[in-house]
Amino acid sequence: MTEVFKMDAPATDRRLDDMVQGLVGAPLDRPEGPLKVTGQATYANEWQVENMAHGVMVRAPGPSGRVVLSNRDDVAAMPGVLAVIQDERLLRNPAQGKANEAPVQGPHHAAYMGQLIAVVVAETFEQARHAAQSVKVTLENAEVVAVTSDTAAVEPQESKTLDQGDLETAMREAAHTVDATYTTPSHSSTPMEPHASIATWEGEDLILRGSYQMLKYNRNELADSLGIHPDRVRMLAPYVGGGFGSKLGIAPEAVAAAIAAREVGRPVSVALHRQQVYEATMRRSDTRQRIRLAADAEGRLIGLGHDALVSNLPGETFAEPVLQASHFLYAGANRKMSMDLARVHRLCCGSVRAPGEAVGVTVFESAMDELAQQIGMDPVELRRRNIPDKDPESGKPFSSRRFEDALDSGAKIFGWADRPGVKERREGEWLIGYGMASAARVNVLMESQARVTLTPQGTARVETDMTDIGTGTYAILGQIAGDMLGLPRDAVEVVLGDTSLPPAAGSGGSWGASSSGTSVYLACQAIRQQLAERLEVSENDLTLKDGRATFDNQTRGLADILQNDEIVKLGHVEAGETSEAVRQATFGAYFAEVAVHAATGETRVRRMHGTFAAGRILNAKTARSQCLGGMTFGIGMALTEELAFDPRDGHVANHNLAEYHIPVNADVPQLTVELLEERDDWANPMQAKGIGELGICGAGAAILNAIYNATGVRVRDYPATLDKVIAGM
Amino acid sequence: MKTELTINGTQHKLELDPRTTLLDALRHHLGLTGSKKGCDHGQCGACTVMVNGRRINSCLTLACMHDGDEITTIEGIGQPDNLSPLQQAFISQDGFQCGYCTPGQICSATAMLEEIAEGWPSHATEDINDRPSLTVDEIAERMSGNLCRCAAYPNIVEAIRKTAEESA
Ligand code: FES
Ligand code: FES
Repeated sequence: MTEVFKMDAPATDRRLDDMVQGLVGAPLDRPEGPLKVTGQATYANEWQVENMAHGVMVRAPGPSGRVVLSNRDDVAAMPGVLAVIQDERLLRNPAQGKANEAPVQGPHHAAYMGQLIAVVVAETFEQARHAAQSVKVTLENAEVVAVTSDTAAVEPQESKTLDQGDLETAMREAAHTVDATYTTPSHSSTPMEPHASIATWEGEDLILRGSYQMLKYNRNELADSLGIHPDRVRMLAPYVGGGFGSKLGIAPEAVAAAIAAREVGRPVSVALHRQQVYEATMRRSDTRQRIRLAADAEGRLIGLGHDALVSNLPGETFAEPVLQASHFLYAGANRKMSMDLARVHRLCCGSVRAPGEAVGVTVFESAMDELAQQIGMDPVELRRRNIPDKDPESGKPFSSRRFEDALDSGAKIFGWADRPGVKERREGEWLIGYGMASAARVNVLMESQARVTLTPQGTARVETDMTDIGTGTYAILGQIAGDMLGLPRDAVEVVLGDTSLPPAAGSGGSWGASSSGTSVYLACQAIRQQLAERLEVSENDLTLKDGRATFDNQTRGLADILQNDEIVKLGHVEAGETSEAVRQATFGAYFAEVAVHAATGETRVRRMHGTFAAGRILNAKTARSQCLGGMTFGIGMALTEELAFDPRDGHVANHNLAEYHIPVNADVPQLTVELLEERDDWANPMQAKGIGELGICGAGAAILNAIYNATGVRVRDYPATLDKVIAGM
Repeated sequence: MKTELTINGTQHKLELDPRTTLLDALRHHLGLTGSKKGCDHGQCGACTVMVNGRRINSCLTLACMHDGDEITTIEGIGQPDNLSPLQQAFISQDGFQCGYCTPGQICSATAMLEEIAEGWPSHATEDINDRPSLTVDEIAERMSGNLCRCAAYPNIVEAIRKTAEESA
């Protein structure tokens, strides 16, 4: 039986630094790259399954009422149609991340417009699509329900309330104050691969090939939705075409495919159409955030307040945690925070890349810019002055925190010293401005397991149900195992995305690399231990490189040591006391230069830089790409991204890629990224922290602050589309 | 209906529902799943293939309209053990993360480099009477029909620029 390693004390031995294979941290190419660039990597809806039928889902045309399929028999008689299914078990909305159980189910009552209430199965995709589009759905006894936060019932989230000191008095007595309310709209994750599942039953056993981020939870969610034992379900997701939170929990198409495959007695594929992804998966909550800042004459915060209104469907407990970083990013003795949750009949709110900080830090950093402007202080200096010694609420020490270094180094690389005054720089028709913002994101360790096999041929195999959603898992797990076992990168095979393998933390919350990486590290450490025992040396005296072990002035090959045995070890990590003993987070700083057109108000991002500190970087190339991705999400949030809802019925008016504007290539300059060298002993035995979301946590503010610097226009209603900018000019 | 498609140099005789898009013919009927479906609406570029050397969105065209055309998909551009220079550059520049938009990006870039070689101007071209040069702006502009939510854009631009430079 393998012991569970609990992270109870800081890992000051920094074992990875002793390894000599030279893989961890190196900017190595992704090993699955050749498959991806040739179209050979198999995504969910690409498995060649014999005798497969196609399912297309049907949507509710309104936000309330009993769902009736009025021409069901006619549709069932259409060419090729095998079944029209409106099973009780169909999901109302996807499960939240880590739910581990079914979400709300039932297709007979509409809770939001676009809810997927039936699936039509046919021989071919064309037949299924036509039949699904032919279904007439009526909503009986529909009631008037709230679809906007302004008209909805609001539930205060008591557990999120903080009242420390006396903010009101601080606001009255402060030399400088900001009291500003910002709004951010709903965002969509918009992974490029729409949600899709292929279900195949083998007797009582279900194989589901899907596009999911957290398989160990997804298997339980799927089984619970279907009312079967999880042992009967195997999920496969070796390649996932992006997730960004939208594939954390089991989604409607997976359950529909499983039910349909059962009913028609053959494999069924159900792929959501892009419109359905927008209408019926997850959105980031819209937010209204009031920020209060009270500072003394030197720019030291004596108080801060953050009050938020977010929304979600009735019955969902998730409330966009926008206050998360406000608790620890800046000092200030008097602190007040609160959160309200409005119950609206719109598609479900859940995690979209960096839930909480993505919009929480962004808004806070806009307010900090307002404060710096008011004091007449360099915004970088204002941040620097307010870095707390310890967690300002709990009094706990921080683990590693190179926040100030990130501010300084980022400013230097970007050339911040050269920043213009407000409305000072103009190039022809373009007004030029610089802006900056801090980055912060909580760091978490999650339970994770992996199996590692070392063979006498000098190869290793890493196996876990962890996913790689573009995050670089295939690369980094191989690098960790290669370094620990002294094997070249190509000698390590990484097998992922199969629930028959040891259950991992999954890809979410930026914890994937550090949690699943630690499980691989632990398994390898156990293998090293066993090798050392065989050689009768201390593990510490064992140097492994290129398939050879060096110890006591001798060198032996693995084949010689192992004879014909393989060594197989399981690594199993759980969070422990270090999660509570210290405040763990990642930090950074963004700098942006924008050009705003004097006549149209159009904003172009000309340059953008991010400096980040996230503990040990496991692969400098893939980590940088994660930051590019996060910063680009920030560009979208700042300038273009907004789910537009029809205020009458909650209909997503821009449910497609032509109207929900994610940044395109021409919207994104050649971003630059600096990753600071750091070790966080409290985080895990690899001293690594999460990097997947840090790049978005404040990025948008750097751009809006730059717009202010260019134009003097302060947009408090994200995104800063040209109509809002021009209105202030 | 009967349709004959020439894909990556091989002829395929197919009996297809006339509603079948070129993309679905590739993915559902020929097992060529390298071309991706990101939107099915001509809005993302994930399905980009080349028809008679020109890049198109294969989801926006019906298979039966391409009887006799020469179609090149990602599978015809290179194989894992025989990568095109552009495919290799995408790997070394990390021009992708999840990889879902990638075949479309590579098909698009392959055709785009031809367009530049033929002197086609774009919105980013300074003087449309001059031959366009491979600036970052030119590449970014011409690649903006291929969305990448992982946002590998800076790396995609680098991969294309380096490949073109090396072949020049
Ligand atoms: S799938 Fe064809 S453009 Fe999106
Ligand atoms: S690599 Fe994921 S969408 Fe481009």
